[in-house]
Amino acid sequence: MDNTLSHKQHAKIQAHIQAHQHVPGGLMPLLHAIQDDIGYVPEAVYPEIAKALALSVAEVHGVVSFYHHFRTHPIGKHVLQICRAESCQSMGSDKLEAALKANLGVDYHQTTADGNVTLLPVYCLGNCGCSPAVMLDDEVYGRMSAEKVADLIAEVCHG
Amino acid sequence: MVKIYVPIDSTALSLGAESTAKKIMQEAQARGIEITLVRNGSRGLFWLEPLVEVETAQGRVAFGPVQPSDVAGMFDADFTQAQADKAKAHPLYLGLTDELSWLKKQQRLTFARVGITDPLSLDDYLAHDGYQGLKNALAMSGTDIVKAVTDSGLRGRGGAAFPTGIKWNTVLNAPAEQKYVVCNADEGDSGTYSDRMIMEDDPFVLIEGMTIAGIAVGATQGYIYLRSEYPHALKTLNEAIRKANLAGYLGDNIQGSGHTFHLEVRRAAGAYVCGEETSLLESLEGKRGLVRFKPPLPAIEGLFGKPTIVNNVISLATVPIILDKGAQYYADYGMGRSRGTLPIQLAGNLKQTGLVELAFGATLRELLYEYGGGSASGRPIRAVQVGGPLGAYLPESQFDTPLDYEEFSKIWAVLGHGGIVAFDDSVDMAKMARYAFEFCAVESCGKCTPCRIGSTRGVEVMDKIVAGQNRAKQVHLLRDLSDTMLNGSLCALGGMTPYPVLSALNHFPEDFGLSNKEAAA
Repeated sequence: MDNTLSHKQHAKIQAHIQAHQHVPGGLMPLLHAIQDDIGYVPEAVYPEIAKALALSVAEVHGVVSFYHHFRTHPIGKHVLQICRAESCQSMGSDKLEAALKANLGVDYHQTTADGNVTLLPVYCLGNCGCSPAVMLDDEVYGRMSAEKVADLIAEVCHG
Repeated sequence: MVKIYVPIDSTALSLGAESTAKKIMQEAQARGIEITLVRNGSRGLFWLEPLVEVETAQGRVAFGPVQPSDVAGMFDADFTQAQADKAKAHPLYLGLTDELSWLKKQQRLTFARVGITDPLSLDDYLAHDGYQGLKNALAMSGTDIVKAVTDSGLRGRGGAAFPTGIKWNTVLNAPAEQKYVVCNADEGDSGTYSDRMIMEDDPFVLIEGMTIAGIAVGATQGYIYLRSEYPHALKTLNEAIRKANLAGYLGDNIQGSGHTFHLEVRRAAGAYVCGEETSLLESLEGKRGLVRFKPPLPAIEGLFGKPTIVNNVISLATVPIILDKGAQYYADYGMGRSRGTLPIQLAGNLKQTGLVELAFGATLRELLYEYGGGSASGRPIRAVQVGGPLGAYLPESQFDTPLDYEEFSKIWAVLGHGGIVAFDDSVDMAKMARYAFEFCAVESCGKCTPCRIGSTRGVEVMDKIVAGQNRAKQVHLLRDLSDTMLNGSLCALGGMTPYPVLSALNHFPEDFGLSNKEAAA
């Protein structure tokens, strides 16, 4: 996947930096704004972020790399998160996990060959009353099976 | 015009409530029936979600679980005339919601409005005793507000169970130009969702609780540190905050009182350790979520070095009813030093999962079988993890333990945030012990060695035990490592990982390929 920033993307990032420059503790909201907007936090903009927020580049790198949520490279069009926590395990999430990995042909942190779905582990979605749970983009689904997840993926990918 | 309720809570949505709501609107239009559709919170009976309710003169009548494919049939049965015989004959008819025994037996104080109101209707909130607590608080001194919270006996519902009033008192007495109220909404424990439900289903109660906290201790700025896995809660909170600002319940000069309190939601980014209060504060400051050394306590030097209240969602959301009904009213519930109620979350392998708010003192057995209805799989319940991934696993012989902080402590277990995860007899407890270490390794902030290195060594030791390599020696190592983590870790992540590990080993040695005697060696 192409990792170079377009002028438009760069302009968007600059606008986010300006908007968060003087926010107390503004680095986290800034990183969220950038990732929400262009899908990831490009390492190429660390120096600009660092300068605007009076931090070192190492500090910016430290924060981005500390949090599971932030990523430094573009990913698939959709993100599928499978809950690996205890409640979901008690309802067979390890089987669901194995089936989905096999069906999609990817392991965690990988993207399907067609670029559609990136598979991520997650530790609790707060839907523990309806385990096993998955999250596809911003929607959570409960009492899942491999078949049901396949239907959900087909729906978001092909309408 | 008949009022129909379809929940907008994440769990209801995860089971198709959105499609059910749309289908109800479509059918009503197609049949020329005028309805008002209200998107309420969830009543917390998850095996019946999507739970559809119809308002009648006798009260709300429930139908559930309602899939979109059920909707046409419900209209055929005139379900909008919910008290007529034809509707009552429908297979999904459940009767008056308030009469459902699961709800009727509960003592809902913190969750009094959840599932009943439209979460984003301030009018609804006010009509259901909302902002009565703030009204009383505005007529009181900070000292008196703090005293009421102390007298109520409320203890931190995030899991640490520290008396809330004592924390507030420290902040109250810490002189500073700026103080903060921080709500810990980084609900990362598996088996818990009560914070999420409050934020999605009754957000104003949290806003009110935080406002009262701010007024009590003289803090003018509040932050809700919300986990990134809760996108619906984020939207709901932001909208509720906007509405509260517009109505003069937040901002400058709250309700003409001269008090100021601003509130903002900050998103976390998927680090479990940020549920630890000092790590959370680091994160709010825009840093890596490394745990801080204590002292200084956050109440003295918290966010940006200023005195800060850090409380869990449920603790803060319980403050309004204490200020409304009085400290004694709340303290009259409960047992021993565990006063008031606990919103318990039933999760995992149970037939009937959901939210059960009860006074402290109910037993696990009651919750698992009377409320939970036994396992979902129909097999015997073998182990129960209470209090999240750092909580102990309890065997059947401990199911009669009352839910009380001290009683749990006596059996080397924790109540934590009130999550109960049930496992049937297909569970492999050695695998769960290995997972506890694995989780700790993934989530460790890396600041202290016992947690950072110990978690990885723990995974390795467990692998050797499972593979049967010199088990007796490995179990000795496992106990030694657990001892180091328990006593040498900086925070509860490393310090409590031994709870699930050792409880699994002690109660279920056979899963580790050991006899009781070998496990104890």
